[in-house]
Amino acid sequence: MYGFEALTFNIHSGYLEAIVRGHRSGLLTAADYNNLCQCETLDDIKMHLSATEYGPYLQNEPSPLHTTTIVEKCTLKLVDEYKHMLSQATEPLSTFLQYITYGHMIDNVVLIVTGTLHERDVHELLEKCHPLGMFDSIATLAVAQNMRELYRLVLVDTPLAPYFSECITSEDLDDMNIEIMRNTLYKAYLEDFYDFCQKLGGATAEIMSDLLAFEADRRAVNITINSIGTELTRDDRRKLYSNFGLLYPYGHEELAVCEDIDQVRGVMEKYPPYQTIFAKLSYGESQMLDKAFYEEEVKRLCLAFEQQFHYGVFFAYMRLREQEIRNLMWISECVAQNQKSRVHDSVVFIF
Amino acid sequence: MEYLDNLPPMDLMRSEKMTFVQLIIPVESAHRAISYLGQLGLLQFRDLNDEKSPFQRTFVNQVKRCAEMSRKLRFFKDQIHKAGLLPSPHPASQPDIELEELEMQLAEHEHELIEMNSNTEKLQQTYNELLEFKMVLQKASDFLVSSRSNSTVQEREMVENVYSNDHYADTASLLEQEMQPGPSVQSGVRFVSGIICKSKVLTFERMLFRATRGNMFFNQAAADDQILDPSSNEMVEKTVFVVFFSGEQARTKILKICEAFGANCYPVPEDVTKRMQITREVSSRLSELETTLDAGTRHRDKALTSIGFQLAKWMNMVGREKAVYDTLNMLNFDVTKKCLVGEGWCPIFAKAKIQEALQRATFDSNSQVGIIFHVMDAVEPPPTYFRTNRFTSAFQEIVDAYGVANYQEANPAVYTVVTFPFLFAVMFGDWGHGICLLLGALVLIARERKLGSQKLGSFMEMLFGGRYVLLLMSIFSIYCGLIYNEFFSVPFHIFGESAYKCRDSSCSDARSIGLIKSRDPYPFGVDPSWRGSRTELPFLNSLKMKLSILLGVVQMNLGIILSYFNARFFGNSLDIKYQFVPQMIFLNCLFGYLSLLIVIKWCSGSQADLYHVMIYMFLSPFEDLGENKLFWGQGVLQVILLLCAVVAVPWMLFPKPFILKRLHTEISRPHIWVTWNL
Repeated sequence: MYGFEALTFNIHSGYLEAIVRGHRSGLLTAADYNNLCQCETLDDIKMHLSATEYGPYLQNEPSPLHTTTIVEKCTLKLVDEYKHMLSQATEPLSTFLQYITYGHMIDNVVLIVTGTLHERDVHELLEKCHPLGMFDSIATLAVAQNMRELYRLVLVDTPLAPYFSECITSEDLDDMNIEIMRNTLYKAYLEDFYDFCQKLGGATAEIMSDLLAFEADRRAVNITINSIGTELTRDDRRKLYSNFGLLYPYGHEELAVCEDIDQVRGVMEKYPPYQTIFAKLSYGESQMLDKAFYEEEVKRLCLAFEQQFHYGVFFAYMRLREQEIRNLMWISECVAQNQKSRVHDSVVFIF
Repeated sequence: MEYLDNLPPMDLMRSEKMTFVQLIIPVESAHRAISYLGQLGLLQFRDLNDEKSPFQRTFVNQVKRCAEMSRKLRFFKDQIHKAGLLPSPHPASQPDIELEELEMQLAEHEHELIEMNSNTEKLQQTYNELLEFKMVLQKASDFLVSSRSNSTVQEREMVENVYSNDHYADTASLLEQEMQPGPSVQSGVRFVSGIICKSKVLTFERMLFRATRGNMFFNQAAADDQILDPSSNEMVEKTVFVVFFSGEQARTKILKICEAFGANCYPVPEDVTKRMQITREVSSRLSELETTLDAGTRHRDKALTSIGFQLAKWMNMVGREKAVYDTLNMLNFDVTKKCLVGEGWCPIFAKAKIQEALQRATFDSNSQVGIIFHVMDAVEPPPTYFRTNRFTSAFQEIVDAYGVANYQEANPAVYTVVTFPFLFAVMFGDWGHGICLLLGALVLIARERKLGSQKLGSFMEMLFGGRYVLLLMSIFSIYCGLIYNEFFSVPFHIFGESAYKCRDSSCSDARSIGLIKSRDPYPFGVDPSWRGSRTELPFLNSLKMKLSILLGVVQMNLGIILSYFNARFFGNSLDIKYQFVPQMIFLNCLFGYLSLLIVIKWCSGSQADLYHVMIYMFLSPFEDLGENKLFWGQGVLQVILLLCAVVAVPWMLFPKPFILKRLHTEISRPHIWVTWNL
């Protein structure tokens, strides 16, 4: 199924692939995490990070550090790298790179809408938004009262507009609606991204379809688990699953009728790739599921770097960095709150 | 062989002899000893705490403190830069201060600065708001007046003052009086006036249009002055807008949008007299604030200038201190915890200097116990260290860019001093350009002292670093340019008349039939008459190409001969037998022979085709050379050379790896056996 990417890939994307592989070698290693986990204070963490690529971003922070500052600065580094790559990219890589941020955009939209619903200050909410998912008129989201207005006022200008066709209703916004909106948007986004990657063809399509299928399946499982015990009907639940992935279509039929976590487990264990994930968990447990999924994801993302001449490395790198920032956040929170025994609960080693 | 053994030791060509030393330093003199050693720069410490992470080391707190201080210094530098002050070129000489004292001073300065900044920021914000208000008043009144005069209908516009700026507290009382509802609310047309960043106007208008479904009227005018953005400290262009709309719902929507876009709304009273009154009040308050702000800025600038005097010195000091503690972190405590133990490499010639520095440190810190400094045996190979001066360092750097030589390996940088600029000149040869380059290099060297002390841009720094390389390159270019006889590509009759002249006085057939030789050859370099002739290119190309071949072969031979001296030095007969000898044979049988042919051709004036000779030497070695024959016995010689070259290839490639493999297996097996028996 390989095209002849190797012949022409480097003309446009060779530089950026080299850049992204260079960035990847800057990811923290297991030795770094071991050292970080031994830190006693946030200053120790800063000191350790100053020897890594995060150094220049943290060096000008005055000494009583907060977890949020560390995370903010680390994210800033990711954003800077992303912007550099985006400005160097040509089509279709630039579109591909933009696709990566749509997920954050959806999360930001949901964050702002939920926040205004609970009457939070818009500026406070804006600070919490992921900087990769920012767009021009994001603050105006607070004006909208229902989905239709949301679409007509703000989102029509954003790349999310086409994904909205499924959820334009005149209903007032409430928590349930918003959650459904998030999942509908995400479904449309994943399907669109998947189609885009298929259109690109070659190794990109092959690798990205695997990564996106995993993402879709994980979302399907999460939707199922989160909707157990809510008033979401089976048909509605079924509608939220993306139309591709390993579970599509038969797994989705089975997931749609699940009533508790063990039934979900029963469904998932029929699929060999997910068997290993669920084998790690004891019955009835759903807490560790996230970590198990993250570990599996990281493993798959790392594998994307084994092949050359495809765009999957960009996606993989962004995801790995985000995982790394999540790790750093968890470690710093544990250190700040003196809960060092729990440090290893949620840290996913990347290498 | 005896002659080779009696060669001088070639000190310059090999890296310095190193020795592994151990230092046992009493705690009280450790800091001073390390800083003296740092100034000397002749000892390389080995990290004895490799397995510890940075924050588990002994002097981590000091390192942290230094990092904190350098952060403060960077903050000052940033502030000075933002304030547009230049760091003073002649730092006032102040007495040296201790690090602890400096730390306190820095903390004080930082506190002071932050406080001043926050004060200024508050004032600035108030000032900005007033300024914006004033602009809105000016511009909006224009709209109001024009819209009034245009409206021929009786409908009276209703003005409602909208006041939505929360943090506008101190002028609120002033405005509240004006907040009384204006004339009657009949037609329901109201307006909101405010100010917004110019870049956001378009999206803002579009959003308003969408939100009110087009039931609004948007007026805008560019503000006269730019406004200082407190967050980025840059001047921003702003636009005053007035939106007319009707209905309460639209009002809340518009206000929300204003808030979302960061547009500040200011109320404008409809009444002209009131407007005048407010404008006057705002203006007077503005001028008051301006004087306060100016005073604050002056105060701050003064503080910053006083910091700026010493900033460079402080930065230097803190950086040095941090380096000292980083080095101390590489040392180990001994059993008694009273001494630090360090290991490192130093060149043998520097031992006396190091000892002297250590004694000085002991003496200066009034330590009872001296520092013990002794030589040890080392397992690992010593590091490479070349002594360079400012002339050779640039060349050494060029060589190091290709790879650093192993310990005591021959250092090609010695030859590079001549070969690199010369080979450059072979390509660049033009004495006009060479003179330009020479002048540039001379300027750099003449201002060496001044340029060396200041920080240069990355490009300038590269030029400055390579100033002696440039000098040599330019001198060689002039030489080669004279040989090529090119001055900005124009030939000159410097060394006398051309050897050629026209056949007759009219010189009509100079370009078709050619010139005749009338004198002795041109004494130095290329005859200027070649310039512009039909055969100029073939002649010069052939000359330069042959020159390049000769130079290249000499250069390659030099490299291989150096490898011989390396092998001899390390007693590696394998390299000599299976690498050096076949390489020499191969190179000289083919390209050495070519060089020989070139020289013979030049000397004999033969017209043999050397391409043909070389190509057919491989294709049909036994064929008669015919007119290409240059000397007697050439055919036989060629066959012998070809055979030698063919033999040299497998000789060069195959024996060495197999012998190495055999040696490896022979050595490692008994070794493993011994360890197993233990």
